[in-house]
Amino acid sequence: MDAIILQILNGLDKGGAYALIALGLTLVFGTLGVVNFAHGALFMLGAFCAVTFNKLLTLEKVTVDPTQMTAWGSPMEVKTPVVEAWLGEFGKVLVNYSVPVSIIVAIPVMLILGIIMERGLIRHFYKRPHADQILVTFGLAIVIQEIIKHFYGANPIPQAAPAAFAGTAQVGMLLGLGDAIPYPWWRLIYLFFSLAIIGLVFAFLQFTTYGMVVRAGMRDRETVGLLGIDIERRFTVVFGIAAVVAGMAGVMYTPILPPDYHMGMDFLVLSFVVVVVGGMGSLGGAVAAGFLLGILQSFASMNEIKSIIPGIDQIIIYLVAVVILLTMPRGLMGRKGVMED
Amino acid sequence: MFGNLSRNDWVLFLGFSAVVLLAPILFQPIGAAYPAILQKFCIFGLFAIGFNILFGLTGYLSFGHAAFLGVGSYAAVWSFKLFTMNVIPAMIMSVAFAGIFAFVIGFVSLRRSGIYFSILTLAFAQMSYNMAYSVLTPLTNGETGLQLSLKDPRIIDAMFITPGAGLPRSNIFGIEVSGGGMPGFYFTAVMLIIGFYLSMRIFRSPFGLMLKAIKSNQNRMRYTGFNTRPYLMAAFVISGLYAGLAGSLMASVDPLAGAERMQWTASGEVVLMTILGGVGTLVGPVIGAAVIKYFENIFSAFNENALNNIFSFIPDAVREPIVKLLSLFVGEGWSLTLGLVFMAIVIFLPGGIMEGVRLLTSLFKKGGNGNKPAVSGHTQPAE
Repeated sequence: MDAIILQILNGLDKGGAYALIALGLTLVFGTLGVVNFAHGALFMLGAFCAVTFNKLLTLEKVTVDPTQMTAWGSPMEVKTPVVEAWLGEFGKVLVNYSVPVSIIVAIPVMLILGIIMERGLIRHFYKRPHADQILVTFGLAIVIQEIIKHFYGANPIPQAAPAAFAGTAQVGMLLGLGDAIPYPWWRLIYLFFSLAIIGLVFAFLQFTTYGMVVRAGMRDRETVGLLGIDIERRFTVVFGIAAVVAGMAGVMYTPILPPDYHMGMDFLVLSFVVVVVGGMGSLGGAVAAGFLLGILQSFASMNEIKSIIPGIDQIIIYLVAVVILLTMPRGLMGRKGVMED
Repeated sequence: MFGNLSRNDWVLFLGFSAVVLLAPILFQPIGAAYPAILQKFCIFGLFAIGFNILFGLTGYLSFGHAAFLGVGSYAAVWSFKLFTMNVIPAMIMSVAFAGIFAFVIGFVSLRRSGIYFSILTLAFAQMSYNMAYSVLTPLTNGETGLQLSLKDPRIIDAMFITPGAGLPRSNIFGIEVSGGGMPGFYFTAVMLIIGFYLSMRIFRSPFGLMLKAIKSNQNRMRYTGFNTRPYLMAAFVISGLYAGLAGSLMASVDPLAGAERMQWTASGEVVLMTILGGVGTLVGPVIGAAVIKYFENIFSAFNENALNNIFSFIPDAVREPIVKLLSLFVGEGWSLTLGLVFMAIVIFLPGGIMEGVRLLTSLFKKGGNGNKPAVSGHTQPAE
């Protein structure tokens, strides 16, 4: 029982990341009809927003302190982070909480990047075949990833979670099941964070007029356009939102997985599988499939299961995708008439 | 047998063969006349030709073609290990295994089309890649990659030859193929020419026309009473065979096989080659493969010092920023250049280099573009 709960929890945080990326992919696909292979790159860019912010915060100023001497008798050089020098205690707190705080930085950055991407490139590919869209965004993903590699190097850059959340939570205690389920705090936070973001996106689409128009546009953009609404502009904003969601998913994921330049591609392939399993164009399907595949993957990596079917942990997601696609042509919750054949 | 090739086709074929066979002389001025890179041109050219038979003719975009290349490599190395260092059995084995593999994957993937097909092939390729790394380690030797060793049985060789001191080299009846010599290049070149000839025959055959019809409107084909599935299946398997052959050549000129050859980035590379050269054209994919491999070689060899030498005629103050900027695109940053060029091609010139050539020639002599192979525009996804 404990083992099962632990595996479900393990799957949920990864599933949260899959769900957030897949949600953005589906939003873009549903509104713009564009298959965006560069979406993983946005996830990666979000992660590197956190890295950059952290680097800026920990810039150090070297001062010579004449009161202290080194062992050789020369005045000692003391390094103090600039932020601490300016802001004192608050600076220390800021450095400690750099990962969550960098979300504030990441939101405008990702929004602007997303809008530039849509206006500058994707816009011109609405009418082109899906194959062209895949190819051009694939090229874009390579470009973004190489630029990041040039500036940040090829090695993963570990980011620390705030000290307060560095330990493990005794989830079993919280649920009244004894102390056998240790689980890192940060992963738990990631899970709730992703649920909150998903909730926000759904609320935005469901309960605001803006979201209502977007949903209407997803169904029939021509009619919405005829009603005198500038649907293109709204879709651009939706693309920006998708970029922000991917970016925030990336920011918060940094303490779990040290970001490197190809993390976007790694997640993208899986997220595409998630989208297809959930059903192209179905937001609920994307989220459900994200969590489902995350959990399945973590169950498959249990030793008990690996000893029955060796190597299953490596292929489970793809295997599920193949089975689902062959038995349910529209995915789990695909809408009728969207990318069907 | 020679019925459906026109005179222009024969000119094209002979010209192509001549260029390939004379490559060691022709490519001298651009510094690409050594066997290692010429072999790469041929092998990847063959791979891209095969991919083009699927993508160029039917419009089905496979993102998992590298899996067949990988299977071909493994099969060839196993043949070297178990039977003989002769490349003929290795090639037969690779093609057979890649064909079976392609049949199985194609049987499942071709039930869907469009983006679903792309994702399914991608899923299968990633599955094979992950399995080659983990469960199938006894077969693939995992991360280290499959290599020859002195303890290999090599049953057939053992009957005829007493093994020498070092590792044996792959050969074709005594002529060494591996080891980076010119015979290795000519071997791959001949295979490329044969592959090119076959693809030309396919393009000009009723079967090829059928595939093109599927690309332009599959539904109409179905309504007229054609079952399109067997045709698609055949195209998929044929392109898988090409990939397997390319894999066996790769293993022949350098007898080792690693799982990274199956990764989806490798599949992406062949897509890039085909698009860059020109989808649906005969020579386009080969040109694309050669261009990418050539510039990969040139660009990744550059570094800041080399750039400084080139621009040494510019005063220092101006040179430094220029070199800084350019160094972004060379050496390690070669992929960045590739990505940018690729995007530019997809955006501005969907027909690839071949369309560019055609546009240029028609610009110079109005209406006189008859002697170039037809470019069938950019691909439509199969709906």
